[in-house]
Amino acid sequence: MARSLKKGPYIAYHLDKKVIKMNDGKKKTAIKTWARSSMISPEFVGHTFAVHNGNKFIPVYVTENMVGHKLGEFAPTRTFRAHSGNKSEAS
Amino acid sequence: MARIAGIDLPKHKRGEIGLTYIYGVGRAQSQRILTEAGIDFNKKVEEWNDDELNKIRSVINEMKVEGALRSEVQLNIKRLVDINCYRGIRHRSGLPVRGQRTKTNCRTRKGKRKTVANKKKATKV
Repeated sequence: MARSLKKGPYIAYHLDKKVIKMNDGKKKTAIKTWARSSMISPEFVGHTFAVHNGNKFIPVYVTENMVGHKLGEFAPTRTFRAHSGNKSEAS
Repeated sequence: MARIAGIDLPKHKRGEIGLTYIYGVGRAQSQRILTEAGIDFNKKVEEWNDDELNKIRSVINEMKVEGALRSEVQLNIKRLVDINCYRGIRHRSGLPVRGQRTKTNCRTRKGKRKTVANKKKATKV
């Protein structure tokens, strides 16, 4: 079910704070985060986030098209390594 | 021959059904179109006269159907694939996008079964 419009999108407060601080200071470093469920807000564009996938941090560079998606969508949690005897199709 | 939006409509079907042969027009849209044009749902496609046909055409002209709609859908998918998000990855690998199980079923997305030779059978099928 979709989130109630009354509440607005869920954007992790600490991320928002850090991004605004960096925008003011014109300094860009990757932000480590576990907040996979946080929506990408328009302010995030151009920043790099290191999104945790349960094992390690995946660097995600945010572009304009990604606004409205969640951070977790860009850091897959499962690895699929082809079935046995399926060498031709391995990707 | 009724030709709307580049599609030949079946002659012998009721108008309500015939219109659904256009991509982007289902039962609900077809009923809306016929109501706006003031045509009875039960009237066969071949019984429409030129006046009625033009009315239908003018309603459909304002909608996004066929090629334009198809390309819009393709563009939406392409966007997902390009930003490399989970849904895009699923589209790329031809697996279900909305979290369905893939242990069994989802043959529509995966295509015909590819049998693996000498695979151990766990239980009887």
